[in-house]
Amino acid sequence: MKKHLLSAADLDSGDITRILDTAAHLAKVTDRAIKKVPTLRGRTVCNLFFEDSTRTRISFELAAKRLSADVINFTAKGSSVSKGESLKDTAITLEAMGVDAIVIRHGASGAPWRLAEWVDAVVINAGDGTHEHPTQALLDLYTMRQRFPTLAGLRVAIVGDVLHSRVARSNVLALGTMGAEVTLVAPPTLLPARVETWGAGISYDLDAVLPKQDVVMLLRMQLERQRAGFFPSLREYARLYGLDARRLEAMPEHAIVMHPGPMNRGVEIAADVADSIERSVIADQVANGISVRMALLYLLLGGPAVGDPPVPAVVEGAAL
Amino acid sequence: MPAPERAMVMDQADVGRALTRIAHEVVERNRGTQGLVVVGIHTRGVPLARRLAAKLGEIEGAQVPTGALDVTMYRDDIGLRPPGATRDTDLPFDLAGTVVVLVDDVLYTGRTIRAALDALTDFGRPRAIQLAVLVDRGHRELPLRADYVGKNLPTAPDGVVKVLLSETDGRDGVLVMEGEASAGDGRRGRTGEATEATRR
Repeated sequence: MKKHLLSAADLDSGDITRILDTAAHLAKVTDRAIKKVPTLRGRTVCNLFFEDSTRTRISFELAAKRLSADVINFTAKGSSVSKGESLKDTAITLEAMGVDAIVIRHGASGAPWRLAEWVDAVVINAGDGTHEHPTQALLDLYTMRQRFPTLAGLRVAIVGDVLHSRVARSNVLALGTMGAEVTLVAPPTLLPARVETWGAGISYDLDAVLPKQDVVMLLRMQLERQRAGFFPSLREYARLYGLDARRLEAMPEHAIVMHPGPMNRGVEIAADVADSIERSVIADQVANGISVRMALLYLLLGGPAVGDPPVPAVVEGAAL
Repeated sequence: MPAPERAMVMDQADVGRALTRIAHEVVERNRGTQGLVVVGIHTRGVPLARRLAAKLGEIEGAQVPTGALDVTMYRDDIGLRPPGATRDTDLPFDLAGTVVVLVDDVLYTGRTIRAALDALTDFGRPRAIQLAVLVDRGHRELPLRADYVGKNLPTAPDGVVKVLLSETDGRDGVLVMEGEASAGDGRRGRTGEATEATRR
């Protein structure tokens, strides 16, 4: 595995399998009376969040704490960023305080890459602009693997605001690595330029796509990022691309519904679909996020720090 | 380079006899199997624990609960080596008030056992913990000893003791690869598969 997790493309299928397997083992820590292992004692993880977040920040915080790491939560509001401190100066400050990992969410696409150039700490991208959100993709893959024996050949439709979605891009990359067949479904105005180079199928017609899918992932309509009129009205969007009870019926019986949250109920997903106990795995996604992030923190921080003398991996007497 | 020396020091019958004797010792010492649970440490401690529990069941006519323990997240060499592979911890019973017989294949430095004691403590407070190992090869780095030993096997510090079990290796037996000749690749294998046998 690479030192940082910046893009879902940083992970090969072996890395992804290892993260998901480890997450499955670590999930059990959550079921115990003492929901904590001492693995990352003495390590410090900083959550550096320049954008609002509920589940991702709390999920990373819980994951780090369950591994006994110390956690610092930094939000742009109320910090020196509001006095005009740059990302670079903030990073240098954190580095000087000796953090081992920085989990960054930033409104600018590419910010985690810049950060990784400035600091020695492990950098984990928790969402950069409209670009990538690799840990969301990992927890989505984990959730799919709970329901389906293998990701290879799995048919996944990602529906909605692909243009503004970092979840879509990371999922297309990670699902592609694992051999799933991804179809992006959106009105043409909500598909990014050169989307045809992503390696996923593209459709404008949700009703035509639904009957063939194992997984239908709805994307949040990112109204806060939309400056122009991408579609005539939310009502029209919901009618053409929203997943309601009628469309749920059109999906194969085994197919599941996913959403990265937060949901716009009544827009991309109807309330009764979101709350469907049999079909919706949205609550599972949130719970799985903690295990997957624990696995990631363990695999990225559980080894020797960069600069430490290399120690060979000593293992069972395989020569015999 | 000449092929390293390897010698079979226990065969299938020896492994079976050692486990039978340990089972009788456990029953004698605990006056039965009341309140007893058997917990194996991954990898080879787990099938050994199941076998020991089966033998205890035969002797006493009562089923003894078994569990599996992964100590990866409790090791003291985290951060010194690439992160090891995790496995499932499965303790399908309440540890409080039980007597735990902890089972591993090889007792060497004692570091795996220390990690296992910490891990167990996080699941509950057993009345007592006893340690059973198939092979004690010496070279302890911590003040620990086993309560039940299948075979004491004096070894060179850089030798390799390899326990084979039919569940994991297709056959039963204990192999020893002595000293210098083994100091090279013999001590290495797949990343994260470390056991007490080789990990220091």
